Amino acid sequence: MNPLLSIENLSVGFPSSRGLVKAVADVSFTIGPGETLALVGESGSGKSTAALALTGLLPRSARPQVTGRALFGGRDLLALGAQALRRVRGNSVGMIFQDPSTALNPVFTIGQQIAEPLQIHLGLSWARAQERAVELLTLVRVAEPERRLAQYPHNLSGGMRQRVMIAIALACKPSLLIADEPTTALDVTVQAQVLRLIADLKAAIGMSVLLITHDLGVVWETADRVIVMYAGRKVEDGPVEAILGLPQHPYTMGLLRAARKDGPDGRLAEIPGMVPSPNALPPGCAFEPRCALASVRCRDGRPPFIALGAGHSAACIRAGDGTAP
Amino acid sequence: MTLLAATGLTKHYQISRGFGPASVVQALTEVSFTLDAGETLAIVGESGCGKSTLARCVAGLVEATSGTLALSGEPAADLLKRDRMRFHRSIQMVFQDPYASVNPRRKVGDTVADGLRLHHIVPRAQRRAKVLELLGRVGLAAEHMARYPHELSGGQRQRVAIARALAVDPSVIVCDEPVSALDVSVQAQVMNLLADVQRERNVAYLFISHDLALVQHIAHRIAVMYLGQIVEIGSAAAFKRRLTHPYSQSLFAAAPRIGGTREALVPPLEGEMPSPIDPPSGCRFHTRCPHAVPRCAAEAPALRDVDGRLVRCHLAESITAAATEAAV
Repeated sequence: MNPLLSIENLSVGFPSSRGLVKAVADVSFTIGPGETLALVGESGSGKSTAALALTGLLPRSARPQVTGRALFGGRDLLALGAQALRRVRGNSVGMIFQDPSTALNPVFTIGQQIAEPLQIHLGLSWARAQERAVELLTLVRVAEPERRLAQYPHNLSGGMRQRVMIAIALACKPSLLIADEPTTALDVTVQAQVLRLIADLKAAIGMSVLLITHDLGVVWETADRVIVMYAGRKVEDGPVEAILGLPQHPYTMGLLRAARKDGPDGRLAEIPGMVPSPNALPPGCAFEPRCALASVRCRDGRPPFIALGAGHSAACIRAGDGTAP
Repeated sequence: MTLLAATGLTKHYQISRGFGPASVVQALTEVSFTLDAGETLAIVGESGCGKSTLARCVAGLVEATSGTLALSGEPAADLLKRDRMRFHRSIQMVFQDPYASVNPRRKVGDTVADGLRLHHIVPRAQRRAKVLELLGRVGLAAEHMARYPHELSGGQRQRVAIARALAVDPSVIVCDEPVSALDVSVQAQVMNLLADVQRERNVAYLFISHDLALVQHIAHRIAVMYLGQIVEIGSAAAFKRRLTHPYSQSLFAAAPRIGGTREALVPPLEGEMPSPIDPPSGCRFHTRCPHAVPRCAAEAPALRDVDGRLVRCHLAESITAAATEAAV
């Protein structure tokens, strides 16, 4: 099966007074049709930067230097001009962000904001766009959709705003939805509703989802495949059952133990230390200074990706040798 | 022994919307609990349940509308009037967002020294040594003393906030979601630091959180709040055995769990929390409760003893029996 999106050697650097800071380095992955791929990592892992680079949404003032290829529908997204990219965004690629209160425009009504992509990308008339907006709000299970059209974002709760964001993202029936921490700002019961909604809509429209998150519980419940990122690089890649069932990279193992919120004597399993700054990366494996399993060999150079079968691979010299606990 | 006792704490906020009568936000309604020395009581709930208002009432940052708070048997209201400094020396607070709660224009050492200075904890000559000791206790080095908060990571900033709270040697620390703004790997570091400090100093924590799974692991006792009321309160052991209030069950089931079944056992809650301006009649949860019967809308349930904990539900016995059966 041909992948819907194929990322090859994506790198993103930002010039700074201390030289080029690499936020994303040499990341490759694919997303199949109808597949949900989770991009997992902590702050500074480069997961959001990678997604923004794909859609050309990195702030131009930061003068990002993006290299690599992102093949989507036979075209390289990274080589498209602003005009062509704008036709892709909102049309075949929809996006939702972490904070729906900043992603929506506070001075336009919900109706205006949902109608905009319908008019621009599908050429619908205003009246027809309003009808379609009501259908979309019904689809994302917003109560009283007709009344909502005339309301402003501040009239809605956080969960409701995220539903509106989803309605906007899905307006043109995209084949790919990029969801950057879509439920992080929401309460757990609302999170459950929104995740279920995304899963249902994904099945109904047949789209693929690129889910960016730090929450391994959310990954388990929604993703088919997982990519774990650390300090701008991919460290592990594989099916969700393998990554969360039998992780092979020590960083993934640490994240998993921390996420289980368990440990002896009322304590929790922690990963010591902190994420290195992107302009002061250790010479070998970036995780080596925090790794309990590290040896001198880990400082010798960047660890290779070791294939472990069934689409599972990890960038650790110990991966698959049975020494992992 | 009981260090802190809240009895019927209630906080109402008047809000006026231009013309017309003012409406009343019932942020906190008749909340009662006790906290022993060296104990962790977790308060769990979602946005708008009143948990942060409760934290602020206990820390003396807002005044309760009615109800009493007693510190070692002494009414807090009296203490606040007579010897405000002593009250704040006994109860300190650590906030959720260390980016907002630590002054960005002051060096870390000065932030930690403030409490020592204001409360005359140590003579001036020993202040520096004491700050170093406190920073060392929370896992920061001497070099951090002269740093500004922007030079630190989120986890390090939260350590500064903890050092500042510890400076006056309080008997209670109110922790308002102290790790929810931090990365997962760092969350565990800060939680373990709090656990170690408690063991050494016998300090009590009122731990505000939205994460029922986390507090079942770290707290001694747990209270679940919904729309300004406690709906279930008991020992962590009782909570781990089973949850008896339908809201506690939904809250726990809604949090995604690794390795769990991908289909929810308890159906996800529909809708959102009603407004605390005009809370539902009877049981405040009846509008979203999967078990609700007509009695729930008519008659407000009281907290009562069921299965070794207090629970605010008319149907607690039958729901508990069903939950036990499902587990078997």
